This record gives sequence, structure tokens and C-alpha cells, in this order.
Amino acid sequence: MHVTRGFTGRPRVPDAGLPPGQYDAGDDWPVLSAEVTPDLAPADWTFRVDGLVEQPRTWDWTQAHELPSSAYEGDIHCVTSWSKFGVRFGGVSLDAFFDVVRPHVSATHVVAYSHTGYTTNLPLEDVTGGRAWIAWEYDGKPLPAEHGGPARLLVPHLYFWKSAKWIAGLRLLDHDEPGFWEQNGYHGRGNPWEEQRYSGD
Amino acid sequence: MTDTFAPATRFAVPGRIAVSNRAAAVWQTATLTEIRRETPHASTFRFVVPDWAGHLPGQHLMLRLRAEDGYVAQRHYSIASHPDDAGHVELTLDHVEGGEVSGWFHTVARPGDEVEVRGPLSGFFAWPGDRPALLLGAGSGVVPLMSMLRQHRARGLSVPLRLVVSARSPEELIYTREYGAETTAVFTRSAPKGVPVGRMAAAHVAPLLAEQPAGGWEAYVCGSNGFAEHASRLLVEAGQPVDRIRIERFG
Repeated sequence: MHVTRGFTGRPRVPDAGLPPGQYDAGDDWPVLSAEVTPDLAPADWTFRVDGLVEQPRTWDWTQAHELPSSAYEGDIHCVTSWSKFGVRFGGVSLDAFFDVVRPHVSATHVVAYSHTGYTTNLPLEDVTGGRAWIAWEYDGKPLPAEHGGPARLLVPHLYFWKSAKWIAGLRLLDHDEPGFWEQNGYHGRGNPWEEQRYSGD
Repeated sequence: MTDTFAPATRFAVPGRIAVSNRAAAVWQTATLTEIRRETPHASTFRFVVPDWAGHLPGQHLMLRLRAEDGYVAQRHYSIASHPDDAGHVELTLDHVEGGEVSGWFHTVARPGDEVEVRGPLSGFFAWPGDRPALLLGAGSGVVPLMSMLRQHRARGLSVPLRLVVSARSPEELIYTREYGAETTAVFTRSAPKGVPVGRMAAAHVAPLLAEQPAGGWEAYVCGSNGFAEHASRLLVEAGQPVDRIRIERFG
């Protein structure tokens, strides 16, 4: 990689929280979705976990809120190169849902799918052990529709396209199955610290 | 027990569009050959990229600049040129207030400078030219749509294409000399004499949906998030199926 003549970039202080190739979006929270924002009321929202599990289950809004609440406070990173520090989401840890459905030992991956038909794939270990949430609050308020409200998946240690908006369910599989952006050339896992942006990175 | 419930896939990758994973993974040197002023705030930057694998109108690329201390800035930009412009890629960039990459392009860059690009990326917003295209854009959101219009012209395609483009004023309308009978321009702040000033509205969109071509429109919306939300709602209210609206949002 060669130096670009005359390019200095904006003033910067090294920030250990910023993965390579990312910049701090500050107060901005860009909206990036390829589909029409659905008009989805909490009363119409459902979340299903099935596939390789002992007990497939669908939760509605009220039932999901009866699970123990869990918050995430930390950073998020978008593949388009912005990062956002110190965000606060409220919701339920995916572990609480898995405790009910009981994944088979053969389950290795999940496909997350949204109420719009969007899909994204993740290794099961990336969404268990306190690393993933169903989030319906942002900064103490209901999650806005354009950011995936009433509820989205939240997997903050991966690029944010993995955090499917308008989450409708998870299907557990014994193999990997590329989702929407992954079929469009994006990386299968999307670890920001290893810059896994595109297939082949 | 196992359960193999399959989610509905009404929002699916178009099977007819292949994306080259290999091209997406490789950085290439792009040499700036020409800068064309489009509006007071936007210019087109033309590059030679010898090994460019080609793209479909609507695709984007990632561009990176590197400072002497190793600092790297990278951004996604829609490709403005049409695919038959072999070995060349054009980008049209707004001069963003305080933008470190667009600032470099607008105040430092000159022909002969080299940057790095990878792509083309993502097939979702691409238009291969095979289906009727209804294009709604605002500001620099017209850039990927112009790639489609240029391909339509260059190849003399007969498939219908309509463009509704919104700008604050005639002075800020990008590519103003290239629009023809397929285009309706909407001005939100000031307009030529006799042209109303206002936001894109149902009155612009509904007549296009009334003249349904065979097979229906494939709709492409590109602009700021506010515009994308507004324009996609106009389309849905006018009867365009949700799963045939593709959106590219700039922030």
C-alpha cells in the first residue's frame, strides 16, 4: 500500500477501541439497509428459534419481555467503516432463548432472518455465552424502526450487518449457510478486528 | 425433535447477478486522469484502473487513502460510469463539510495521483439492464442511477427506464446536461421559472406506476436516509411491491 500524495487525514489520537480501517462516527448513527423500512408494530412482532433444537418456540412481544432483561453497553462497528462508541442497548440475551429451546449438540451455525426476508449467517458460538442479544431499546428508548425496531439482533463484536434488523427468528443448523450480504460478496464471519469485510479477506 | 422451518425469502439476492468475490478482495491502484466540475459542491473524478474486472450499473467500490504515518481512510462510493467504459471508473463526490476523503479529492487531488480501490462490490443494487427500471434519486444519490441511465443509452436498450431526480436547485443538479425525456427533475429550494418548488411527491411517482410496463418496474431508490424513507414510502403507497424496491442509503 503506498502513501497518497498530500493526504494527512483528520487529526487523530490513537484509540485502542477503533478496529483497523474504521473511523469514529461520533453522534451519527448512519442507517444502512437495502429494503423498505417495515411498518412493524410490537404487537405484530414475533421471534422464533428452531432448527436443531429440542423445543422450537415462538415468542411474541409480551412473552419475550417476560425473559430476564439484559443490556449491552459498548461499541458497534459497520463494515462501511464507521464505528460508534459507548452505545447502550436494552433487551434480552440470546442465551435466555437458547435455555428454553435447548440447541442440539450437532448445531454449529445459525441463520438469522428478519421480518423483511433479510438473512445473515453466524457461527453458534458467536451468539451464545453473553455475546448476542435481542435488542428493543436504544439509549433507554424504544429502538427506532429505521434502526431495526421494534427489535433487532445485536452481535456487537462482529460487523453490524450481522445484527439483523426486524429480527424474526434464528434457525440452528449443523452447517454454514451464507445469508444475504454474504451471498453478495461479504465475509462469512465479519470480525472487525481482523477486517473481515469481504469474501477472501 | 428437529424442525426445518424455512424463512420467507421475498427479500432475496437476485439470482441473475453474480458478484466476483475475487475482485472484491483485491486492492488495485487507480490513477486519476481527469476532474470534471459538476456543481459548486460536486465533481466527477475519472480513473484508469487497468485490471478492473468490470461492474454492473449500481455497484459500488471501496476506496482508500493512506497518510505518511500509515493512517488509512476508506470509504464506499457508488460507481458513476457505465460498464462499457473499459479500464476506467468514474466517481462523483460531494465535497462533504470536514470530510477527510472528499476534502482530499476536492482540494488536493490532481491528475496523476494514485489511490487504491477494490471492487466492484455488492450486487443487490445492481441493474443488469434486463428489466424495466424506475429510478428515484436525490442529491448525489443520482450517481449509481446515472450509471444505469448511461448504460441504457450506450447500449440502446429498449427496456423502459424512468428517472425522477431531486436536487435543491438547478445549480445543484448533478449531470444536468445528460437528462432526456426519461427524466423528471424535482427542485426542493429553488426552481426555474414555471417549475414548482417542493419535495418529491405522489404526483411524480403515481403516473409512472400507472404506466406499468410488462413485468412491472424494478425500483431503485438512492439518497440520504431521509430521502430513501420518503421515496420508498411514495412507491409503496403508489402500489410498487415492497420486494421490488432496492434502496441505497447515504448515511
